[in-house]
Amino acid sequence: MGLTLAEKLIARAAGRDEVRPGETVTVRVDLAMMHDSSGPRRIAPILERLGAKVWDPERIVLVSDHWVPAVDAQSAEILAITRRWARENNIEAFYDMVGICHVVLPQGGHLRPGMFAVGGDSHSTTGGAFGCYMFGVGSTDMAGVLVTGETWLKVPESIALDWSGKLQRGVCAKDINLALCAHLGLGGAEYAAVEFTGSLIAELGMEERMTLSNMAAELGAQAGLIAPDETTTEWLEAAGGNPGEAAPWRSDKDAEYSATHEFDAGSLEPQVAAPHSPANAAPASSYKGVAIDQAYIGACTGAKLADLHMAAQVLDGRQVARGTRLLVAPASRRDMMQADTDGTLAKLMGAGAIMMPIGCGACAGFGGGVLAEDEVCISSTSRNFQGRMGAQSSKVYLASPYAVAAAAVAGEIRDPREFLAKG
Amino acid sequence: MTGSEGAAWVFGDNIDTDQLAPGGTLKGGVEEGASQCLRAVNPDFAGQVRKGDFVVGGRNFGIGSSREQAAQALCHLGVAAVIAPSFGGIFYRNALNFGLLALVCAEAGKISQGDRLTADPETGEVRNLSRGEVYDCEPLPAHLLEIVSAGGLVPYLERKLR
Repeated sequence: MGLTLAEKLIARAAGRDEVRPGETVTVRVDLAMMHDSSGPRRIAPILERLGAKVWDPERIVLVSDHWVPAVDAQSAEILAITRRWARENNIEAFYDMVGICHVVLPQGGHLRPGMFAVGGDSHSTTGGAFGCYMFGVGSTDMAGVLVTGETWLKVPESIALDWSGKLQRGVCAKDINLALCAHLGLGGAEYAAVEFTGSLIAELGMEERMTLSNMAAELGAQAGLIAPDETTTEWLEAAGGNPGEAAPWRSDKDAEYSATHEFDAGSLEPQVAAPHSPANAAPASSYKGVAIDQAYIGACTGAKLADLHMAAQVLDGRQVARGTRLLVAPASRRDMMQADTDGTLAKLMGAGAIMMPIGCGACAGFGGGVLAEDEVCISSTSRNFQGRMGAQSSKVYLASPYAVAAAAVAGEIRDPREFLAKG
Repeated sequence: MTGSEGAAWVFGDNIDTDQLAPGGTLKGGVEEGASQCLRAVNPDFAGQVRKGDFVVGGRNFGIGSSREQAAQALCHLGVAAVIAPSFGGIFYRNALNFGLLALVCAEAGKISQGDRLTADPETGEVRNLSRGEVYDCEPLPAHLLEIVSAGGLVPYLERKLR
């Protein structure tokens, strides 16, 4: 019996020929990524207590993205601790306020197909888009990795999410994620490694693939994998990384999946997920007319260059509705600079968008742009748990950058296809 | 080995990490976070839970963020164990890393608020003294039981590295 992509990646890291679902294995970690919130401020005291040093500074990537820019003495202190720790531990790959960890990591050329990586953040599943086995861990778990270079893992079952056909104009990876959350339920993957397969996935660019793998977290998946191909290799080369070999990292033909779900991309409509769960997703038309106070384009899920392009397609030549505000927090400095060069930023700002600092921003309620009591927001982020983006009674609808931009222009939720020329 | 007796605090499905450890408390220390733990679903919990009590959840308990303050807050409040039919994968690891017993129990739904419980970490057996019932949980793999018994990953590593 063959192996799935997940099983191959885990077996390699465990130094084994094969692993099977259900067994617990010890694995060598190729790369450990952490950010200002889960990183040095929490792991430094543990390393000190253990009297231990990091196992390999060259395998650590540190990103300040959650509490940036500092808004008070407490957040400033968290960032200061992060900088000091990077210096004292000779962490060369330290990215300070230049983007969100899940986006900066591949843009910095740190990922390579076949890698086994952990990240101190639940959306670390994003690395799966590059054919890496990557998942999120808490700070104490991370401290264990930093000291030993190893961690443990129960080998998950694999679930294939197979998408064929072509997406309609105005429909994107985010809509796939939301539809999957509704179909499988929040946490519906129950620890399995999900693998996105099918002719549609092969045609998607890397940023759209990253969005898919990113929200594997909301499916409760242990990892969100996509077999690497030429698209992956070319993207990583352009990022200045060493893409290694893509070919070995695909599921065997006779690999065993615990389930295979097949979907037709062509019939997928733009989705909107109502408060307070991504699983409350339904076609955008079913929430038509819901008035919004704020439209937010941000986060690793929804503010990469491709996401900014989608928003600009809707916003070009239009204006944000009176009484509504549109906030845009780009996912990385590189994305923002490219959006500047190609004219995207001018379209966003021309429509009335308010540019926010690069970083995680309001997604988890840490940065600027949080909500008042009873306010309603539509957001390109990944989670709309109660109270996450601000006041307890605030309401967040999740949608694609197209749909967020459409709602900003209309002042209410609409099907974004109304704002896109047929083509 | 049967653990000591405590009261059950029962919660529904999909208790997420924003409810366990609200974002607004994450800049500060564990005391502040623990005082706000689960306030959105039960405002009495953090003030009234007693050392040795149990938290009983529904499906996907602890789903969401990797923030380990979610597990740390329950530890800080003295919770003896979390019992649920399924857990968010990262929360599950975080709980054990803090020495907080997390038991996967298909029958958790039979437990009512205030029931008196005991839990045996080695066999995974939960006894409901109020109802005279016994529930089987998935036993912890040996290496995880070792981590919990040591009081968490840090004391476990402390011992191992010495």
